Formats: sequence, structure tokens, C-alpha cells
Amino acid sequence: MNFFAIIGRVILALLGEIGRLALFTWSSVSHIFRPPFFWRLLGQQMMRIGYFSLPVVALTAFFTGGALALQIYYGGSTINSESIVATIVALGITRELGPVMAGLMVAGRVSAAIAAELGTMKVTEQIDALTTLSTNPYKYLVVPRLVAAVITLPLLVFIADVIGVMGGFIVSTASLHFNPGVYVQNTINFLKADDVTSGLIKAGVFGFIIALMGCFQGFNSKGGAQGVGRATTNAVVTASILILASNYVMTSLLFAK
Amino acid sequence: MTDTPKIELKNVTKRFGSKVVLDDLSLVVPKGKSLVVIGGSGTGKSVMLKCVLGILRPEKGEIFVDGQNVLKMSTTEREQSLRKFGMLFQSAALFDSLPVWQNVAFGLIQGRKMRRKEAKEIAIAKLAKVGLGAEVSELYPAELSGGMQKRVGLARAIATDPEIIFFDEPTTGLDPIMADVINDLIVDSVKDLGATALSITHDMASARKIADEIAMIHKGRIIWAGPRSEIDSSGNDYVDQFIHGRATGPIKMDVLKP
Repeated sequence: MNFFAIIGRVILALLGEIGRLALFTWSSVSHIFRPPFFWRLLGQQMMRIGYFSLPVVALTAFFTGGALALQIYYGGSTINSESIVATIVALGITRELGPVMAGLMVAGRVSAAIAAELGTMKVTEQIDALTTLSTNPYKYLVVPRLVAAVITLPLLVFIADVIGVMGGFIVSTASLHFNPGVYVQNTINFLKADDVTSGLIKAGVFGFIIALMGCFQGFNSKGGAQGVGRATTNAVVTASILILASNYVMTSLLFAK
Repeated sequence: MTDTPKIELKNVTKRFGSKVVLDDLSLVVPKGKSLVVIGGSGTGKSVMLKCVLGILRPEKGEIFVDGQNVLKMSTTEREQSLRKFGMLFQSAALFDSLPVWQNVAFGLIQGRKMRRKEAKEIAIAKLAKVGLGAEVSELYPAELSGGMQKRVGLARAIATDPEIIFFDEPTTGLDPIMADVINDLIVDSVKDLGATALSITHDMASARKIADEIAMIHKGRIIWAGPRSEIDSSGNDYVDQFIHGRATGPIKMDVLKP
């Protein structure tokens, strides 16, 4: 085949996908503000996306905080600045690692689950059935997941921040023999409200990405079990990449001096 | 305007990529009648139903429900118009996350905002209509046999007392006896509601039982239409081949012989 034809085909497919995603996003967001609202489903999704992600997010945050403390200690001790551990752990967790690690873990857990559930509903005509029962599938399926993720992700990240900093504290005091009082003092002195809120804003955006990619891939899956499998993989991969990319963009915007 | 057809498709064309699935298709479903569209697999039967429901959008043509062009409606008008419809899906398409009674009551609770208690009573009454006891109502769809799922699907389709009911391959995948039970239930429930029915099937026994009128679709076009009594004397070679299930005739299957 012609070399240029191959390039053209890839680019057209990519643009088509971006267009479909844009339309899907627009439909989803516009239905958030139009009644009817499904409060019961919103509650259900907040439990599933938020509450049941707690153990995963807490463990991730704890070990990330601990490892971060160790690395900063090893790195810092070569230039005699071990005392900086508390500050960098606090800033690193709240600004970057808390939101990103929690976002990626929830993307793996929730995007995949949403894509598999909605994908199965799609291939078994359950989504078409909703339409015939005068229920809009966007309002019934997409909106509750989207809103639940945008609300619960910041809450999860806030908890991840606390546990991550605590992980650093425990490693520093128990194995690196820092003075607990001084460590806490250093954390409080250098941590500002902006550091935490910037991370929570990121978390809200990540929540949107996670639910959106799960729903989009689920709605567009076709062809039975294999199609649902592909949708699940695509959801996790695209959500993770978008989280990392949007994190970079938001860091450069939020911390621009 | 007593003779406005309930549903009318005019010159509808639907493509998927370069593949033409509906080719300038026209079809009229008179009010209060049961029209069965017969045709082989992949001839565009399901696509036709989905176009009328608005799940798929045709590239060309017009679709009228009660004389109104549904393709020109706004989303809200469209959702209103969908309240007239009930549909039994080929695979029943029950919501597997909900127990049977909530499946049946779905259109009442979510679509019409009825109280759950009241909706449950109606759901159990509709389940009784299709021969299922109240004890089934708390089970989940995965716990039911194929025939029971179809019956729950039928109960869901008639729960809101729709004016129009679509049946997508209602007897596919059922044993002959259960198929006949479903056919009887379809005939009874359509009569009870005084509804207009549009069915698609390739099961001739089912078509003969539930149809007032029959139309045959081939390659995205209606090639024959007439009352049920005339199906055996249609004089159309395609229809004859189909109703007698012959491998040879004007309809060629894309089967490669070794």
C-alpha cells in the first residue's frame, strides 16, 4: 500500500476518534444540568467510585510517602541537607504524587469497571433498551458516574495527602531517626493551603477524565466479549495517559510564576 | 384523517461506511394492525427498527409516527414520542443489575416517575399476564431461563401500555413449544392493548401466527407486502424461496463451497 495512504488513514482515524470524544463529552456535560436527575444512582456511584477505592488509594499513598522520604534522605545526605525531608515529602505528596498516584490507581480500578459494565450493556442491547423505556442513557448511565467521580476524587486525594505525609513521617521517625516534633513542625511551616488545593483541583479534573473515558469506551464498544475487553483496556490506557498529560499542563498553569 | 398510518417509512436509506443496509426502503404500518417483516439474516431488519426508534439515524428519507416526522423532532420531542413505544429485544436485553420487577417497572419508575410501590404492583400484574408468578419478581435476570427472560422482556415492553410495540426476533433461540407460548402471549397482549405491532423475524411459524400483514425485506428493500392470507400465493420467487426455506432460488447466500 502507498506509504502516504497509511499515514493518511491513521490521521483520519485519530481525528475521527477525537471528534467522537468531543461530541460524547458535549452530550454528557449538557445532560448534567438538565432534569431528570438520578440521585439514587449518584449515591450508588459515589460509593463505588469513592468509598470502595479508599483501601487502594490509602495503601498507594502510604508506600509512596515512605519511599519518597527514603529517597530524599539518601539524596539529601550526600549534600548534608537531610533536614529537608519533611518539607519535600509534604510538597511532593500534596502537589504531585497524591493526585497523580490516586488518579492512576482509580483509573485502573474505576475506568476499567465502568468500561466493562457499560460495554457489556452496549453489546447486549441494554443501552438501546433504556432508550425504548424513555430513559436517556446519558442521564441514566453517564451523568451519575461523571458527577460521582468529580466529587469523590478530591476527597480521596485529600485522604491520600494525609496518609502519604504520614507514611513519610513514620519512615523518617522510625527508621531514619528524625525527631517527631521537629518533623511535624517542618511539615506545618512549609506547607501552604495552595499546595493542597492545587492538588484537589487536579483531582477533580482526573475524576472527570476517569469516568469520561470509561463511559466513552463502554458506549463505543462493539463485537461481543472481545470488544468489551478492548474497550476496558482502551479506557485504562487513555485515562492514564490523559491524567499524566493534563497533570503536566495543570502544574505549568497552577505554579507559573 | 382516520387513515393516517401509525408508522410510515418513506425512502429511508441507511449506510454503514460504504455498505448500504437500507436502500430506499418504504413501509407502512396501519394503525391497530400487526405487521411482520420477514427476511434473512443481515438484510437490514434490525437496523430498520433502530431507525424508527431513533437509536440510528438514516442518511436519507423520512419516518413518520402518527403523521409526525420523527427525524425533524428535537431531542425532547423525540423522548416524548418514544413513550408511545415498547420493545421486546432479541436477547431480551434485561438490565442484569436490577431484579425482575424493577426491570418490568423501569419505564414506569424512571420514564414516568411513578411511585415504586405502585409500579411494583403493576409490574407483578404484568408478570402474571405473561404467566410468571410473583415469586419471580425478586429474582435477577441471570437466574432465569431463556424463555422466562423473553417473557419478562415482554412484560417490560407492555408495562407502560404502549400504543406501538416492536418485536425483534421474538422466538429466536427458544424451543418450538416455548416459541408458540411467546407467540400466543404476543397476540394476546397486542389485542388487549389495541396496539400497533411491528415485528421482525425469520421464523415463519411465528410470522404466520402473529401477523395481520406480512412484508418481506431483501437487500434493504421491501420486495413484497400483503395480508397474511396471501403469503402462500404471492407469486414472488423470493418469498416462495424464503417461506419454504430452500437453499436454491433467486436469493443467493454468500457461502463458499469447498
